[in-house]
Amino acid sequence: MKVLVPVKRVIDYNVKVRVKADGTGVDLANVKMSMNPFDEISVEQAIRLKEAGQADEVVVVSIGVKQSQETLRTALAMGADRAILVVASDDVHNDIEPLAVAKILKAIVDEEQPGLVLCGKQAIDNDMNATGQMLAALMGWSQATFASEVEIAGDKAKVTREVDGGLQTIEVSMPTVITVDLRLNEPRYASLPNIMKAKKKPLEEKSASDYGVDVANRLEIVKTAEPAERVAGITVGSVDELIAKLKEAGAV
Amino acid sequence: MAVLLLAEVTDGNLAMDATAKAVAACEKLGEVTVLVAGASAAAAGDAAAKIDGVAKVLVAEDASLGHRLAEATAALIVSLADDYEHIVAPATTDAKNVMPRVAALLDVMVISDASGVVDADTFERPIYAGNAVQTVKSKDAKKVITFRTSTFDAAGEGGSAPVETVGVTADPGLSSWVEDKVAESDRPDLTSAGIVVSGGRGVGSEEDFALIEKLADKLGAAVGASRAAVDSGYAPNDWQVGQTGKVVAPNLYIAAGISGAIQHLAGMKDSKIIVAINKDEEAPIFQVADYGLVADLFQALPELTEKL
Ligand SMILES: Cc1cc2nc3c(=O)[nH]c(=O)nc-3n(C[C@H](O)[C@H](O)[C@H](O)COP(=O)(O)OP(=O)(O)OC[C@H]3O[C@@H](n4cnc5c(N)ncnc54)[C@H](O)[C@@H]3O)c2cc1C
Ligand SMILES: Nc1ncnc2c1ncn2[C@@H]1O[C@H](COP(=O)(O)O)[C@@H](O)[C@H]1O
Repeated sequence: MKVLVPVKRVIDYNVKVRVKADGTGVDLANVKMSMNPFDEISVEQAIRLKEAGQADEVVVVSIGVKQSQETLRTALAMGADRAILVVASDDVHNDIEPLAVAKILKAIVDEEQPGLVLCGKQAIDNDMNATGQMLAALMGWSQATFASEVEIAGDKAKVTREVDGGLQTIEVSMPTVITVDLRLNEPRYASLPNIMKAKKKPLEEKSASDYGVDVANRLEIVKTAEPAERVAGITVGSVDELIAKLKEAGAV
Repeated sequence: MAVLLLAEVTDGNLAMDATAKAVAACEKLGEVTVLVAGASAAAAGDAAAKIDGVAKVLVAEDASLGHRLAEATAALIVSLADDYEHIVAPATTDAKNVMPRVAALLDVMVISDASGVVDADTFERPIYAGNAVQTVKSKDAKKVITFRTSTFDAAGEGGSAPVETVGVTADPGLSSWVEDKVAESDRPDLTSAGIVVSGGRGVGSEEDFALIEKLADKLGAAVGASRAAVDSGYAPNDWQVGQTGKVVAPNLYIAAGISGAIQHLAGMKDSKIIVAINKDEEAPIFQVADYGLVADLFQALPELTEKL
Protein backbone atom coordinates (compact mmCIF):
# COMPACT_ATOMS: atom_id res chain seq x y z
CA MET A 1 0.00 0.00 0.00
CA LYS A 2 1.13 3.48 -0.84
CA VAL A 3 0.51 6.23 1.74
CA LEU A 4 0.17 9.86 0.69
CA VAL A 5 0.93 12.53 3.27
CA PRO A 6 0.17 16.20 2.55
CA VAL A 7 2.44 18.50 4.56
CA LYS A 8 2.05 22.23 4.91
CA ARG A 9 4.72 24.86 5.49
CA VAL A 10 3.49 27.17 8.24
CA ILE A 11 4.83 29.73 10.68
CA ASP A 12 6.69 27.92 13.46
CA TYR A 13 4.36 27.33 16.39
CA ASN A 14 6.74 29.11 18.78
CA VAL A 15 6.82 32.36 16.82
CA LYS A 16 4.84 35.29 18.14
CA VAL A 17 2.52 36.26 15.30
CA ARG A 18 2.42 39.92 14.22
CA VAL A 19 -0.44 41.43 12.30
CA LYS A 20 0.73 43.72 9.47
CA ALA A 21 0.11 47.39 10.13
CA ASP A 22 -1.91 47.77 6.92
CA GLY A 23 -4.31 45.03 8.03
CA THR A 24 -3.70 42.87 4.96
CA GLY A 25 -2.52 39.85 6.91
CA VAL A 26 0.11 38.46 9.21
CA ASP A 27 3.77 39.31 8.72
CA LEU A 28 5.55 36.27 7.31
CA ALA A 29 8.65 37.99 5.97
CA ASN A 30 11.79 36.63 7.67
CA VAL A 31 9.93 34.55 10.23
CA LYS A 32 10.84 31.00 11.09
CA MET A 33 8.72 28.53 9.13
CA SER A 34 8.31 24.84 9.94
CA MET A 35 6.23 21.83 9.06
CA ASN A 36 2.70 22.08 10.48
CA PRO A 37 2.99 20.15 13.80
CA PHE A 38 0.07 17.88 12.94
CA ASP A 39 1.78 16.94 9.69
CA GLU A 40 4.88 15.79 11.55
CA ILE A 41 2.54 13.39 13.32
CA SER A 42 1.06 12.12 10.06
CA VAL A 43 4.49 11.68 8.47
CA GLU A 44 5.56 9.75 11.58
CA GLN A 45 2.46 7.55 11.35
CA ALA A 46 3.11 6.79 7.68
CA ILE A 47 6.72 5.85 8.38
CA ARG A 48 5.60 3.58 11.22
CA LEU A 49 3.16 1.85 8.87
CA LYS A 50 6.04 1.27 6.49
CA GLU A 51 8.29 -0.03 9.26
CA ALA A 52 5.50 -2.39 10.32
CA GLY A 53 5.28 -3.74 6.78
CA GLN A 54 1.80 -2.32 6.22
CA ALA A 55 2.88 0.31 3.72
CA ASP A 56 5.49 0.05 1.01
CA GLU A 57 5.90 3.66 -0.02
CA VAL A 58 5.40 7.01 1.69
CA VAL A 59 4.87 9.95 -0.67
CA VAL A 60 4.75 13.47 0.76
CA VAL A 61 3.11 16.41 -1.01
CA SER A 62 3.19 20.12 -0.34
CA ILE A 63 1.25 22.84 -2.08
CA GLY A 64 2.23 26.48 -1.88
CA VAL A 65 5.33 28.54 -2.48
CA LYS A 66 8.60 27.10 -3.80
CA GLN A 67 10.13 27.26 -0.32
CA SER A 68 7.78 24.44 0.73
CA GLN A 69 10.58 22.32 -0.66
CA GLU A 70 12.28 22.68 2.74
CA THR A 71 9.25 21.18 4.45
CA LEU A 72 9.30 18.25 2.03
CA ARG A 73 13.02 17.70 2.67
CA THR A 74 12.27 17.53 6.40
CA ALA A 75 9.66 14.85 5.72
CA LEU A 76 12.12 12.95 3.52
CA ALA A 77 14.73 13.19 6.28
CA MET A 78 12.22 11.72 8.73
CA GLY A 79 11.86 8.75 6.39
CA ALA A 80 9.41 9.47 3.57
CA ASP A 81 10.46 8.00 0.22
CA ARG A 82 9.51 10.59 -2.34
CA ALA A 83 8.12 14.11 -2.55
CA ILE A 84 5.88 16.14 -4.82
CA LEU A 85 6.04 19.94 -4.66
CA VAL A 86 3.12 21.76 -6.23
CA VAL A 87 3.99 25.40 -6.70
CA ALA A 88 0.71 27.28 -6.54
CA SER A 89 1.80 30.72 -5.42
CA ASP A 90 4.86 32.94 -5.54
CA ASP A 91 3.83 35.01 -2.53
CA VAL A 92 4.27 33.61 0.98
CA HIS A 93 1.33 35.73 2.10
CA ASN A 94 -1.08 34.02 -0.29
CA ASP A 95 -2.46 31.00 1.55
CA ILE A 96 -4.05 28.42 -0.76
CA GLU A 97 -7.48 27.52 0.62
CA PRO A 98 -8.38 23.98 1.69
CA LEU A 99 -10.82 23.54 -1.22
CA ALA A 100 -8.13 24.24 -3.83
CA VAL A 101 -5.60 22.15 -1.89
CA ALA A 102 -8.10 19.28 -1.77
CA LYS A 103 -8.67 19.52 -5.54
CA ILE A 104 -4.95 19.35 -6.24
CA LEU A 105 -4.62 16.46 -3.81
CA LYS A 106 -7.49 14.69 -5.59
CA ALA A 107 -5.62 14.95 -8.90
CA ILE A 108 -2.50 13.53 -7.24
CA VAL A 109 -4.50 10.74 -5.60
CA ASP A 110 -6.01 9.86 -8.99
CA GLU A 111 -2.49 9.58 -10.40
CA GLU A 112 -0.76 7.91 -7.48
CA GLN A 113 -3.58 5.64 -6.28
CA PRO A 114 -2.59 5.51 -2.59
CA GLY A 115 -4.54 3.23 -0.26
CA LEU A 116 -4.42 5.83 2.49
CA VAL A 117 -4.06 9.59 2.81
CA LEU A 118 -2.87 10.86 6.19
CA CYS A 119 -3.55 14.58 6.74
CA GLY A 120 -3.07 16.80 9.75
CA LYS A 121 -6.25 17.68 11.62
CA GLN A 122 -5.65 21.37 11.21
CA ALA A 123 -3.10 23.80 9.84
CA ILE A 124 -1.98 26.05 12.70
CA ASP A 125 -1.94 29.16 10.50
CA ASN A 126 -5.45 29.31 9.02
CA ASP A 127 -6.92 26.97 11.68
CA MET A 128 -9.37 25.68 9.06
CA ASN A 129 -9.57 21.98 9.93
CA ALA A 130 -11.03 21.16 6.52
CA THR A 131 -8.66 19.77 3.90
CA GLY A 132 -8.83 16.07 4.78
CA GLN A 133 -12.62 16.07 4.96
CA MET A 134 -12.79 17.93 1.64
CA LEU A 135 -10.45 15.49 -0.08
CA ALA A 136 -12.51 12.54 1.21
CA ALA A 137 -15.64 14.21 -0.18
CA LEU A 138 -14.10 14.83 -3.61
CA MET A 139 -12.88 11.23 -3.78
CA GLY A 140 -16.17 9.81 -2.50
CA TRP A 141 -14.11 8.05 0.17
CA SER A 142 -14.69 7.42 3.84
CA GLN A 143 -13.04 9.71 6.37
CA ALA A 144 -11.81 9.38 9.93
CA THR A 145 -10.88 12.70 11.51
CA PHE A 146 -8.99 13.64 14.71
CA ALA A 147 -7.35 10.23 15.06
CA SER A 148 -5.56 9.27 18.26
CA GLU A 149 -5.23 5.57 17.34
CA VAL A 150 -5.11 3.87 13.95
CA GLU A 151 -5.16 0.15 13.26
CA ILE A 152 -5.20 -1.11 9.70
CA ALA A 153 -6.42 -4.62 8.93
CA GLY A 154 -7.03 -5.61 5.31
CA ASP A 155 -9.41 -3.24 3.62
CA LYS A 156 -10.57 -1.64 6.86
CA ALA A 157 -9.07 0.87 9.25
CA LYS A 158 -10.16 1.05 12.85
CA VAL A 159 -9.70 4.60 14.08
CA THR A 160 -10.19 6.10 17.52
CA ARG A 161 -11.16 9.75 17.30
CA GLU A 162 -10.86 12.57 19.83
CA VAL A 163 -14.34 14.10 20.02
CA ASP A 164 -16.06 16.59 22.32
CA GLY A 165 -17.55 13.87 24.51
CA GLY A 166 -14.38 11.78 24.80
CA LEU A 167 -13.30 9.10 22.35
CA GLN A 168 -15.18 7.50 19.47
CA THR A 169 -13.99 4.44 17.60
CA ILE A 170 -15.15 3.86 14.04
CA GLU A 171 -14.28 1.47 11.25
CA VAL A 172 -13.82 2.89 7.77
CA SER A 173 -13.36 1.14 4.43
CA MET A 174 -10.11 1.72 2.58
CA PRO A 175 -9.02 3.68 0.67
CA THR A 176 -9.63 6.39 3.20
CA VAL A 177 -8.52 9.78 4.46
CA ILE A 178 -7.44 9.94 8.10
CA THR A 179 -6.69 13.26 9.80
CA VAL A 180 -4.40 12.97 12.80
CA ASP A 181 -4.66 14.52 16.25
CA LEU A 182 -1.89 15.41 18.71
CA ARG A 183 -1.85 12.22 20.71
CA LEU A 184 -1.49 9.71 17.85
CA ASN A 185 2.28 9.48 18.23
CA GLU A 186 5.42 11.43 19.02
CA PRO A 187 7.22 12.35 15.83
CA ARG A 188 10.90 11.47 15.52
CA TYR A 189 13.67 13.92 14.81
CA ALA A 190 15.61 13.46 11.61
CA SER A 191 19.18 12.33 12.24
CA LEU A 192 22.06 14.10 10.52
CA PRO A 193 22.86 11.15 8.20
CA ASN A 194 19.17 10.99 7.24
CA ILE A 195 19.13 14.71 6.52
CA MET A 196 22.08 14.16 4.16
CA LYS A 197 20.37 11.17 2.54
CA ALA A 198 17.15 13.14 2.10
CA LYS A 199 18.92 15.52 -0.25
CA LYS A 200 19.22 12.70 -2.77
CA LYS A 201 15.65 11.46 -2.50
CA PRO A 202 13.38 12.27 -5.46
CA LEU A 203 11.47 15.55 -5.32
CA GLU A 204 9.26 16.24 -8.31
CA GLU A 205 8.18 19.82 -8.98
CA LYS A 206 4.76 20.59 -10.45
CA SER A 207 2.47 23.58 -10.71
CA ALA A 208 -1.22 23.98 -9.91
CA SER A 209 -1.95 24.39 -13.62
CA ASP A 210 -0.42 20.96 -14.31
CA TYR A 211 -3.46 19.64 -12.48
CA GLY A 212 -5.89 22.09 -14.07
CA VAL A 213 -6.95 23.44 -10.68
CA ASP A 214 -7.98 27.07 -10.23
CA VAL A 215 -6.44 28.17 -6.95
CA ALA A 216 -8.19 31.54 -6.76
CA ASN A 217 -9.49 32.10 -3.24
CA ARG A 218 -13.23 31.85 -2.58
CA LEU A 219 -12.89 33.87 0.60
CA GLU A 220 -11.73 37.40 0.00
CA ILE A 221 -9.71 38.69 2.94
CA VAL A 222 -11.30 42.01 3.83
CA LYS A 223 -8.99 42.68 6.74
CA THR A 224 -6.81 41.13 9.38
CA ALA A 225 -6.78 42.68 12.84
CA GLU A 226 -5.21 42.18 16.25
CA PRO A 227 -7.56 40.49 18.71
CA ALA A 228 -9.01 42.62 21.50
CA GLU A 229 -6.36 43.24 24.18
CA ARG A 230 -7.10 42.32 27.77
CA VAL A 231 -6.63 45.07 30.32
CA ALA A 232 -3.69 44.41 32.62
CA GLY A 233 -4.60 42.62 35.80
CA ILE A 234 -3.16 42.70 39.29
CA THR A 235 -1.08 40.41 41.44
CA VAL A 236 -2.68 39.32 44.68
CA GLY A 237 -0.57 38.47 47.70
CA SER A 238 -2.59 35.67 49.26
CA VAL A 239 -5.50 33.30 48.83
CA ASP A 240 -7.57 35.52 51.16
CA GLU A 241 -6.95 38.54 48.97
CA LEU A 242 -7.86 36.52 45.88
CA ILE A 243 -11.15 35.45 47.44
CA ALA A 244 -11.90 39.03 48.46
CA LYS A 245 -11.27 40.27 44.91
CA LEU A 246 -13.40 37.54 43.37
CA LYS A 247 -16.26 38.32 45.74
CA GLU A 248 -15.95 42.02 44.94
CA ALA A 249 -16.16 41.22 41.24
CA GLY A 250 -19.17 38.99 41.83
CA ALA A 251 -17.33 36.03 40.32
CA VAL A 252 -17.94 33.59 43.17
CA MET B 1 -32.68 34.15 2.49
CA ALA B 2 -32.82 30.79 4.17
CA VAL B 3 -30.51 29.07 6.60
CA LEU B 4 -30.18 25.34 7.27
CA LEU B 5 -28.71 24.73 10.71
CA LEU B 6 -27.40 21.32 11.70
CA ALA B 7 -28.36 20.81 15.34
CA GLU B 8 -25.94 19.15 17.72
CA VAL B 9 -27.51 15.83 18.69
CA THR B 10 -25.87 13.15 20.82
CA ASP B 11 -27.62 9.82 21.32
CA GLY B 12 -30.97 11.33 20.45
CA ASN B 13 -30.60 14.31 22.79
CA LEU B 14 -30.34 17.89 21.62
CA ALA B 15 -27.33 19.81 22.89
CA MET B 16 -29.43 22.88 23.63
CA ASP B 17 -26.65 25.33 24.50
CA ALA B 18 -24.53 24.78 21.37
CA THR B 19 -27.55 24.68 19.08
CA ALA B 20 -29.20 27.78 20.59
CA LYS B 21 -25.94 29.72 20.28
CA ALA B 22 -25.65 28.79 16.61
CA VAL B 23 -29.28 29.92 16.11
CA ALA B 24 -28.37 33.26 17.70
CA ALA B 25 -25.40 33.59 15.33
CA CYS B 26 -27.82 33.44 12.37
CA GLU B 27 -29.74 36.55 13.37
CA LYS B 28 -28.50 38.56 10.37
CA LEU B 29 -28.64 35.69 7.90
CA GLY B 30 -32.28 34.78 7.40
CA GLU B 31 -35.00 32.36 8.37
CA VAL B 32 -33.56 29.39 10.23
CA THR B 33 -34.56 25.79 9.56
CA VAL B 34 -32.99 23.41 12.05
CA LEU B 35 -32.05 19.93 10.85
CA VAL B 36 -32.12 17.33 13.60
CA ALA B 37 -30.55 14.06 12.53
CA GLY B 38 -30.02 10.83 14.42
CA ALA B 39 -31.03 7.20 14.81
CA SER B 40 -33.75 8.66 16.96
CA ALA B 41 -34.25 12.39 16.68
CA ALA B 42 -37.92 13.15 17.28
CA ALA B 43 -37.45 14.29 20.89
CA ALA B 44 -34.48 16.43 19.91
CA GLY B 45 -36.61 17.90 17.14
CA ASP B 46 -39.31 18.89 19.62
CA ALA B 47 -36.68 20.52 21.82
CA ALA B 48 -35.20 22.44 18.87
CA ALA B 49 -38.66 23.72 17.92
CA LYS B 50 -38.72 25.71 21.16
CA ILE B 51 -35.62 27.77 20.38
CA ASP B 52 -36.55 31.40 19.67
CA GLY B 53 -35.92 32.37 16.08
CA VAL B 54 -36.35 28.90 14.62
CA ALA B 55 -38.85 28.91 11.73
CA LYS B 56 -39.01 25.18 11.08
CA VAL B 57 -37.50 21.92 12.25
CA LEU B 58 -36.65 19.00 9.98
CA VAL B 59 -36.28 15.62 11.64
CA ALA B 60 -34.26 12.94 9.85
CA GLU B 61 -34.20 9.54 11.52
CA ASP B 62 -32.16 6.62 10.29
CA ALA B 63 -29.78 4.10 11.81
CA SER B 64 -26.99 5.45 9.55
CA LEU B 65 -27.27 8.85 11.27
CA GLY B 66 -26.97 7.39 14.75
CA HIS B 67 -23.39 8.28 15.48
CA ARG B 68 -23.12 11.26 13.19
CA LEU B 69 -20.80 9.49 10.78
CA ALA B 70 -19.65 12.10 8.31
CA GLU B 71 -20.52 10.32 5.08
CA ALA B 72 -24.21 9.73 5.80
CA THR B 73 -24.76 13.07 7.53
CA ALA B 74 -23.07 15.04 4.74
CA ALA B 75 -25.11 13.21 2.09
CA LEU B 76 -28.31 14.12 3.94
CA ILE B 77 -27.38 17.79 4.18
CA VAL B 78 -26.38 17.97 0.52
CA SER B 79 -29.74 16.43 -0.46
CA LEU B 80 -31.47 19.35 1.27
CA ALA B 81 -29.02 22.08 0.25
CA ASP B 82 -30.85 23.46 -2.80
CA ASP B 83 -33.27 25.47 -0.69
CA TYR B 84 -30.70 27.28 1.44
CA GLU B 85 -28.03 29.95 0.99
CA HIS B 86 -26.40 29.32 4.36
CA ILE B 87 -25.67 25.90 5.80
CA VAL B 88 -24.39 26.27 9.33
CA ALA B 89 -23.65 24.43 12.58
CA PRO B 90 -22.09 25.07 15.98
CA ALA B 91 -18.34 24.38 15.76
CA THR B 92 -18.36 21.09 17.64
CA THR B 93 -16.15 18.16 16.72
CA ASP B 94 -19.18 16.57 15.02
CA ALA B 95 -19.74 19.60 12.82
CA LYS B 96 -16.04 20.08 12.10
CA ASN B 97 -16.07 16.51 10.86
CA VAL B 98 -19.14 16.91 8.64
CA MET B 99 -19.30 20.50 7.36
CA PRO B 100 -16.07 20.62 5.29
CA ARG B 101 -17.29 17.46 3.58
CA VAL B 102 -20.59 19.18 2.81
CA ALA B 103 -18.78 22.25 1.49
CA ALA B 104 -16.56 20.24 -0.86
CA LEU B 105 -19.56 18.29 -2.19
CA LEU B 106 -21.17 21.66 -2.98
CA ASP B 107 -17.90 23.03 -4.41
CA VAL B 108 -17.72 25.89 -1.92
CA MET B 109 -15.24 26.84 0.80
CA VAL B 110 -16.06 26.23 4.42
CA ILE B 111 -15.82 29.07 6.92
CA SER B 112 -14.62 27.33 10.06
CA ASP B 113 -15.09 28.64 13.58
CA ALA B 114 -16.68 31.98 12.65
CA SER B 115 -16.73 34.27 15.67
CA GLY B 116 -18.67 37.15 14.15
CA VAL B 117 -21.22 37.92 11.45
CA VAL B 118 -20.72 41.21 9.59
CA ASP B 119 -23.34 40.60 6.92
CA ALA B 120 -24.75 37.66 4.98
CA ASP B 121 -21.48 37.19 3.04
CA THR B 122 -18.93 38.49 5.49
CA PHE B 123 -17.67 36.79 8.62
CA GLU B 124 -14.95 37.14 11.24
CA ARG B 125 -12.84 34.23 12.30
CA PRO B 126 -9.76 33.82 14.49
CA ILE B 127 -6.58 32.56 12.82
CA TYR B 128 -3.11 31.72 14.15
CA ALA B 129 -4.47 30.45 17.48
CA GLY B 130 -6.49 33.61 17.93
CA ASN B 131 -3.48 35.89 17.49
CA ALA B 132 -5.28 37.57 14.62
CA VAL B 133 -8.87 37.97 13.58
CA GLN B 134 -9.64 37.84 9.91
CA THR B 135 -12.69 39.27 8.18
CA VAL B 136 -13.53 37.24 5.09
CA LYS B 137 -16.12 37.83 2.41
CA SER B 138 -17.36 34.74 0.65
CA LYS B 139 -17.68 34.74 -3.13
CA ASP B 140 -19.50 31.41 -3.08
CA ALA B 141 -23.21 31.16 -3.85
CA LYS B 142 -23.71 29.04 -0.76
CA LYS B 143 -21.96 29.61 2.53
CA VAL B 144 -21.05 26.65 4.73
CA ILE B 145 -20.14 27.88 8.20
CA THR B 146 -19.37 26.56 11.67
CA PHE B 147 -19.88 29.07 14.48
CA ARG B 148 -17.61 29.32 17.50
CA THR B 149 -20.26 29.07 20.20
CA SER B 150 -18.25 30.80 22.95
CA THR B 151 -18.77 34.19 21.27
CA PHE B 152 -22.56 34.07 20.90
CA ASP B 153 -25.24 34.26 23.57
CA ALA B 154 -27.77 31.46 23.30
CA ALA B 155 -31.16 32.22 21.77
CA GLY B 156 -33.99 31.93 24.28
CA GLU B 157 -36.60 29.19 24.51
CA GLY B 158 -40.22 30.04 23.97
CA GLY B 159 -40.87 29.27 20.34
CA SER B 160 -43.02 26.56 18.81
CA ALA B 161 -41.81 25.98 15.29
CA PRO B 162 -43.49 23.36 13.10
CA VAL B 163 -41.70 20.02 12.91
CA GLU B 164 -41.53 17.97 9.69
CA THR B 165 -39.84 14.70 8.94
CA VAL B 166 -37.59 14.36 5.92
CA GLY B 167 -36.51 11.31 3.97
CA VAL B 168 -32.97 10.07 4.35
CA THR B 169 -30.62 9.40 1.45
CA ALA B 170 -29.22 5.89 1.10
CA ASP B 171 -26.38 5.15 3.50
CA PRO B 172 -23.14 5.21 1.51
CA GLY B 173 -21.95 2.44 3.85
CA LEU B 174 -18.36 3.65 3.95
CA SER B 175 -17.94 3.64 7.69
CA SER B 176 -19.45 2.13 10.79
CA TRP B 177 -19.50 2.93 14.46
CA VAL B 178 -17.63 0.66 16.87
CA GLU B 179 -17.78 2.27 20.32
CA ASP B 180 -17.81 5.46 22.33
CA LYS B 181 -15.72 6.04 25.43
CA VAL B 182 -17.53 8.79 27.22
CA ALA B 183 -16.84 9.59 30.85
CA GLU B 184 -20.05 10.18 32.80
CA SER B 185 -19.90 13.31 34.88
CA ASP B 186 -22.24 15.36 37.03
CA ARG B 187 -20.20 18.47 36.37
CA PRO B 188 -21.43 21.14 33.99
CA ASP B 189 -20.41 20.95 30.37
CA LEU B 190 -17.02 22.53 29.77
CA THR B 191 -18.10 24.72 26.86
CA SER B 192 -21.16 26.18 28.60
CA ALA B 193 -20.06 26.28 32.25
CA GLY B 194 -20.04 29.60 34.09
CA ILE B 195 -16.83 28.70 35.89
CA VAL B 196 -13.96 26.54 34.65
CA VAL B 197 -11.04 25.32 36.78
CA SER B 198 -8.12 24.07 34.67
CA GLY B 199 -4.93 22.29 35.58
CA GLY B 200 -1.66 21.97 33.70
CA ARG B 201 1.59 20.08 33.84
CA GLY B 202 2.34 21.78 37.14
CA VAL B 203 -0.30 19.58 38.81
CA GLY B 204 2.19 16.78 38.35
CA SER B 205 0.06 13.62 38.40
CA GLU B 206 -3.33 12.11 37.75
CA GLU B 207 -3.87 11.67 41.53
CA ASP B 208 -3.12 15.30 42.24
CA PHE B 209 -5.54 16.42 39.56
CA ALA B 210 -8.07 15.78 42.33
CA LEU B 211 -7.00 19.18 43.73
CA ILE B 212 -8.36 20.78 40.58
CA GLU B 213 -11.53 18.68 40.68
CA LYS B 214 -12.23 19.45 44.33
CA LEU B 215 -12.04 23.17 43.72
CA ALA B 216 -14.24 22.77 40.66
CA ASP B 217 -16.84 20.84 42.65
CA LYS B 218 -16.83 23.45 45.38
CA LEU B 219 -17.57 26.11 42.78
CA GLY B 220 -19.97 24.03 40.67
CA ALA B 221 -17.46 24.43 37.86
CA ALA B 222 -16.36 22.39 34.88
CA VAL B 223 -12.83 21.01 34.74
CA GLY B 224 -10.36 21.84 31.99
CA ALA B 225 -6.74 20.99 31.27
CA SER B 226 -3.78 22.03 29.20
CA ARG B 227 -2.48 19.83 26.44
CA ALA B 228 0.52 18.93 28.56
CA ALA B 229 -1.79 17.68 31.34
CA VAL B 230 -3.74 15.57 28.84
CA ASP B 231 -0.63 14.24 27.09
CA SER B 232 0.83 13.27 30.47
CA GLY B 233 -2.32 11.30 31.30
CA TYR B 234 -3.47 13.54 34.18
CA ALA B 235 -6.75 14.38 32.43
CA PRO B 236 -8.89 12.97 29.58
CA ASN B 237 -8.67 14.44 26.07
CA ASP B 238 -12.10 16.04 26.18
CA TRP B 239 -10.91 18.38 28.93
CA GLN B 240 -8.27 20.02 26.74
CA VAL B 241 -8.76 23.74 26.34
CA GLY B 242 -6.98 25.55 23.51
CA GLN B 243 -6.31 26.08 19.84
CA THR B 244 -6.88 22.42 19.12
CA GLY B 245 -9.12 21.61 22.05
CA LYS B 246 -12.22 23.32 23.36
CA VAL B 247 -12.79 27.05 23.31
CA VAL B 248 -14.38 28.38 26.48
CA ALA B 249 -15.42 31.82 27.67
CA PRO B 250 -16.84 31.40 31.18
CA ASN B 251 -17.38 34.18 33.70
CA LEU B 252 -14.47 32.85 35.69
CA TYR B 253 -11.50 30.78 34.47
CA ILE B 254 -8.99 29.56 37.04
CA ALA B 255 -5.70 28.24 35.61
CA ALA B 256 -3.41 26.40 37.99
CA GLY B 257 0.01 25.08 37.00
CA ILE B 258 -0.47 26.26 33.42
CA SER B 259 2.28 28.36 31.84
CA GLY B 260 0.07 30.14 29.31
CA ALA B 261 1.33 29.04 25.90
CA ILE B 262 -0.47 30.79 23.02
CA GLN B 263 -2.11 27.52 22.07
CA HIS B 264 -3.71 27.36 25.51
CA LEU B 265 -4.63 31.06 25.59
CA ALA B 266 -6.43 30.54 22.26
CA GLY B 267 -9.03 28.51 24.11
CA MET B 268 -9.67 30.71 27.15
CA LYS B 269 -8.57 34.30 26.71
CA ASP B 270 -12.12 35.50 26.07
CA SER B 271 -13.14 34.45 29.59
CA LYS B 272 -14.56 37.35 31.60
CA ILE B 273 -12.30 36.96 34.64
CA ILE B 274 -9.07 34.98 34.53
CA VAL B 275 -7.24 33.82 37.65
CA ALA B 276 -3.76 32.36 37.35
CA ILE B 277 -2.03 30.37 40.06
CA ASN B 278 1.56 29.61 39.19
CA LYS B 279 4.77 29.44 41.18
CA ASP B 280 6.76 31.12 38.41
CA GLU B 281 6.09 34.85 38.43
CA GLU B 282 7.41 35.08 34.87
CA ALA B 283 4.80 32.64 33.50
CA PRO B 284 3.06 34.20 30.47
CA ILE B 285 -0.36 33.25 31.88
CA PHE B 286 -0.01 36.25 34.22
CA GLN B 287 -0.14 38.58 31.19
CA VAL B 288 -3.77 37.65 30.54
CA ALA B 289 -4.80 37.15 34.16
CA ASP B 290 -7.02 39.64 35.98
CA TYR B 291 -5.83 38.21 39.29
CA GLY B 292 -2.48 36.51 39.50
CA LEU B 293 -1.32 34.56 42.53
CA VAL B 294 2.33 33.56 42.60
CA ALA B 295 2.13 30.46 44.75
CA ASP B 296 2.60 26.73 44.96
CA LEU B 297 -0.66 25.22 43.78
CA PHE B 298 -0.34 22.39 46.29
CA GLN B 299 -0.85 24.96 49.03
CA ALA B 300 -3.05 27.49 47.27
CA LEU B 301 -5.67 25.12 45.83
CA PRO B 302 -6.59 23.32 49.10
CA GLU B 303 -6.69 26.67 50.90
CA LEU B 304 -8.90 28.16 48.22
CA THR B 305 -11.21 25.14 48.24
CA GLU B 306 -11.53 25.31 52.00
CA LYS B 307 -12.10 29.03 52.33
CA LEU B 308 -14.54 29.58 49.49
C1 LIG C 1 -0.04 22.16 17.22
C2 LIG C 1 -0.13 22.41 18.69
C3 LIG C 1 -1.37 22.52 19.27
C4 LIG C 1 -1.50 22.73 20.63
N1 LIG C 1 -2.73 22.83 21.17
C5 LIG C 1 -2.86 23.07 22.49
C6 LIG C 1 -4.14 23.22 23.10
O1 LIG C 1 -5.18 23.11 22.44
N2 LIG C 1 -4.20 23.45 24.44
C7 LIG C 1 -3.07 23.57 25.22
O2 LIG C 1 -3.19 23.77 26.43
N3 LIG C 1 -1.87 23.43 24.66
C8 LIG C 1 -1.72 23.17 23.33
N4 LIG C 1 -0.47 23.01 22.80
C9 LIG C 1 0.69 22.90 23.72
C10 LIG C 1 1.24 24.24 24.20
O3 LIG C 1 2.17 24.72 23.26
C11 LIG C 1 1.97 24.03 25.55
O4 LIG C 1 2.98 23.07 25.39
C12 LIG C 1 1.04 23.58 26.67
O5 LIG C 1 -0.11 24.41 26.74
C13 LIG C 1 1.78 23.62 27.99
O6 LIG C 1 0.98 23.11 29.02
P1 LIG C 1 1.22 23.55 30.54
O7 LIG C 1 1.10 25.01 30.63
O8 LIG C 1 0.36 22.71 31.38
O9 LIG C 1 2.71 23.04 30.78
P2 LIG C 1 4.05 23.87 31.00
O10 LIG C 1 4.29 24.83 29.91
O11 LIG C 1 5.10 22.86 31.30
O12 LIG C 1 3.76 24.74 32.30
C14 LIG C 1 3.63 24.21 33.58
C15 LIG C 1 3.51 25.39 34.53
O13 LIG C 1 3.23 24.92 35.85
C16 LIG C 1 3.94 25.74 36.76
N5 LIG C 1 4.10 24.95 37.98
C17 LIG C 1 4.84 23.83 38.15
N6 LIG C 1 4.72 23.37 39.40
C18 LIG C 1 3.88 24.21 40.05
C19 LIG C 1 3.38 24.28 41.38
N7 LIG C 1 3.69 23.35 42.29
N8 LIG C 1 2.56 25.30 41.69
C20 LIG C 1 2.23 26.25 40.78
N9 LIG C 1 2.67 26.22 39.52
C21 LIG C 1 3.50 25.23 39.16
C22 LIG C 1 5.23 26.08 36.07
O14 LIG C 1 5.77 27.28 36.61
C23 LIG C 1 4.76 26.24 34.62
O15 LIG C 1 4.43 27.59 34.33
C24 LIG C 1 -0.34 22.82 21.43
C25 LIG C 1 0.92 22.73 20.85
C26 LIG C 1 1.03 22.52 19.49
C27 LIG C 1 2.38 22.42 18.88
N1 LIG D 1 -0.93 23.81 1.20
C1 LIG D 1 -0.94 22.57 1.69
N2 LIG D 1 -0.03 21.66 1.28
C2 LIG D 1 -0.04 20.40 1.78
N3 LIG D 1 -0.92 19.96 2.67
C3 LIG D 1 -1.85 20.82 3.12
C4 LIG D 1 -1.92 22.16 2.66
N4 LIG D 1 -2.95 22.77 3.28
C5 LIG D 1 -3.50 21.85 4.09
N5 LIG D 1 -2.84 20.67 4.00
C6 LIG D 1 -3.13 19.42 4.73
O1 LIG D 1 -4.41 19.53 5.33
C7 LIG D 1 -4.30 19.53 6.76
C8 LIG D 1 -5.38 20.43 7.36
O2 LIG D 1 -5.22 21.76 6.93
P1 LIG D 1 -6.38 22.84 7.03
O3 LIG D 1 -7.60 22.22 6.43
O4 LIG D 1 -5.88 24.00 6.22
O5 LIG D 1 -6.53 23.16 8.48
C9 LIG D 1 -2.87 19.91 7.04
O6 LIG D 1 -2.46 19.42 8.29
C10 LIG D 1 -2.15 19.22 5.88
O7 LIG D 1 -2.05 17.83 6.10
